[in-house]
Amino acid sequence: MAWYTVKRLIQGIITVWFIATATFWAMHQVPGDPFIGEKAVSPEVEANLKARWGLDKPPLEQYWIFMRNMGQGDFGISFAQESRSVNDIILERFPVSAILGILAIVFAGLGGVLYGALTALYRNQWPDVLIILLVIIGISVPSFVFASVGQLVLVIINQILGFNVLPVAGWGDISHMLIPALVLGLGTMAFLTRLMRSSMLEIVSADFIRTARSKGVPSAQVFSRHQLRNAVLPVITVLGPSVASITTGGFVVENIFGIPGLGQSFVLAVQQSDYGVIMGTTVFYGAFLVLMVIIVDLLYAWIDPRVRLE
Amino acid sequence: MGFVVLLFLLGQVNQCTGMRSSSIGAVDAASGTITLNLAQEPPQLDSTKATDQVSGMVLGHVMEGLLRYDANDDLVEGVAESWSVTDTEANFKLKQNLLWSNGTPITAHDFVFAWRKAVDPMTASQYAFILFFIENAREITSGDMPVESLGVTAVDDYTLNVRLREPTPFFLSLTAFPTYFPINQAFYESRDGRYGANAEDLIYNGPFTISQWVHNANVRLEKNENYWNKEAVHLNVIDFAYILSDANAIINLFESGDIAQAGLNVELVDRALRNRWDIRQHVDGSVFFIEINHREERLTRNYNLRKALQYVNDPSELVNKVIKLPGNLPGESIFPVWLKGVNGKFREEFPAKPLMTNNDKAREHYALALEELGLDKITLVMLSGDNPSANKQSEYYQSKYAKELGLELKLDRQIFKQRLQKMTDGDFDLVLAGWGPDYADALTFGDLFTSWNENNRGRYASPEVDRQVDIAKNSSDAKVRMEAFARVQDILNEDVAILMNYERGSLYVVHDRLENVARRSVGPDPDYAFARIVDKES
Repeated sequence: MAWYTVKRLIQGIITVWFIATATFWAMHQVPGDPFIGEKAVSPEVEANLKARWGLDKPPLEQYWIFMRNMGQGDFGISFAQESRSVNDIILERFPVSAILGILAIVFAGLGGVLYGALTALYRNQWPDVLIILLVIIGISVPSFVFASVGQLVLVIINQILGFNVLPVAGWGDISHMLIPALVLGLGTMAFLTRLMRSSMLEIVSADFIRTARSKGVPSAQVFSRHQLRNAVLPVITVLGPSVASITTGGFVVENIFGIPGLGQSFVLAVQQSDYGVIMGTTVFYGAFLVLMVIIVDLLYAWIDPRVRLE
Repeated sequence: MGFVVLLFLLGQVNQCTGMRSSSIGAVDAASGTITLNLAQEPPQLDSTKATDQVSGMVLGHVMEGLLRYDANDDLVEGVAESWSVTDTEANFKLKQNLLWSNGTPITAHDFVFAWRKAVDPMTASQYAFILFFIENAREITSGDMPVESLGVTAVDDYTLNVRLREPTPFFLSLTAFPTYFPINQAFYESRDGRYGANAEDLIYNGPFTISQWVHNANVRLEKNENYWNKEAVHLNVIDFAYILSDANAIINLFESGDIAQAGLNVELVDRALRNRWDIRQHVDGSVFFIEINHREERLTRNYNLRKALQYVNDPSELVNKVIKLPGNLPGESIFPVWLKGVNGKFREEFPAKPLMTNNDKAREHYALALEELGLDKITLVMLSGDNPSANKQSEYYQSKYAKELGLELKLDRQIFKQRLQKMTDGDFDLVLAGWGPDYADALTFGDLFTSWNENNRGRYASPEVDRQVDIAKNSSDAKVRMEAFARVQDILNEDVAILMNYERGSLYVVHDRLENVARRSVGPDPDYAFARIVDKES
């Protein structure tokens, strides 16, 4: 297990290095630089800016400087928010995205397992049909539609009641998080429901279930101990990457609800050609995703001994 | 375990975002508070480096220059109590006993420091050019002269002398621009390179101070007790409690009574009408046009081709049938309607010669162009932004050129920075472009198409335009200057330097108890500094 862990970690570091390198070169290929603006800057000012930010150096040298600093955990300073370091921005904004992501994952995970189990239990009966219909909607409708509609519904509810049950947008306390987290988790919830359903159905016909039944184990116990526990395995596999994709993919939701998360910086940085923040957020998210996958792999190895043996 | 992590993160968020209790609504007369949305986070609030509109707006509330704009867009006293401007210099007498928000006196040295900082090559300010009217400023920015040689001197603590490079009759309006705001040297240096990064990294001399700035979440302004004219300030708190750019989300906040002002787009006008909100109109001062590429190798260098495009151009149709948002004006001239002329408005004194749409003439010129270029068919590339409004416009031109001329228009949609890079590189035939004023004088539009202007991205060059702008720049006689600009206006149209689209207007809704919010084309906009909450029957 220890060797397995080390191996996965080394692979992870190589992956992150590759992400950083690819992003660095791709970023410099995109037309436009951090200093180009609606008003052209004079050649003198442009030269001053480039010199100050080290963009006058050859690309390879810039790459080495960046890699050296990254090795020391320093992503430099934001080009757009000049007086602030990229590390500060990530440290400040990631917790916001993380808490929203975790709430969303809680919604998605609980909902997915529950609804998935229900559909399998009532296969081809009306709860199954209804939930699958909702799942199709959940998977096919993009989150910005859910976000806009959700917000509008909130406005209407607040107006009917005459006071604000939940805030329409903004960031502050738990009341600001509920609707965005729900919206953010919907897609994953729908996906997990389907996964859970097919996994449950596969297991219903497995030998060990039949054995358990023939031994006379009560059906509630068969369901909870044998069926559910085994069916949840594939769900855990996708849960890890989902955590990463949910915390990173919150851009639209963050934008509509005015939430100061990292997803927003991630996308804005690209639009602003903010080299520092692009590299910082990409590498950070890359590392985060890799870490999540590793954790899931280890978790999987722990739950299912067969993985360890390979 | 997950729960513990969740609690921990909640604690983190608590610290980072300075959790706030639920809002008190759009306007609160009891505490003198208004709540608003900010379109984006100010990147930083160092006035020498600020370039964007939101930073300019916030700075306009918390800082003050020598002069400022009042509600009627007239220049009035700020830190200066009296002044005089000649062709070669400007002199300002500062009010005595004014204090920064930390209690330090405001002196002429604060202006000298800030202006030197702005032109310093080490600062690399993108707005350094706005100080190029001052002696030696350009040479300092290019690194050819020391910063100390800038033509501004603090004669004593309360007297500021400015030497001008050329007659600058509008110099007073420049002193209201953020780059000209004062900065206290001792404080600036005490922040060790972080000046303007956070609320505590600034001191203020304007009507308000920033009491809280949670990055990307909110900015809260409170009345500045040290402000010399605080009797005129009625609000106690301007709370930008939201930082949102999504128009629908903003209007949702307005509808639920959380914010006091919101902009409208075409899709939202009906909703505003249905709700019977107080819809208002604002001309933001910008002019939009199709910039034509005049570089040597481009087909658009052909005069007959440009003339053909001009004859099919119909700004009224664009404004009324494509953009559709009331408030926009069909473009007739690079000089917008609000600019001042000799005595009244420039465009009333020197109306632009009307450009009539004429499809027959357009086809005649197009045929000539084909012949001159030796082509059967012309294909042009139109560069534009990649957003719904730009897409609607470029598609409109695509179908119009195809229908009226048989010209094929390829659309090149790029996001902001990429579009600007392509414009700078000259990688286009036509580009949907625009220009917003930097100061309240016709020159900010007039010199746009001179051969030396870096913003002239189509490289249009006309010796006559250059000559007229030179005449205007070397005179302080309003009549001479405006006549020169009138000539520029005519040449740009005759020569088809650009194709006019529209002057931008916008619609917005305001809370019915909020009054005296100034909207301007030049200067901080919107300006809530002297707004007040009024009583309405409830």
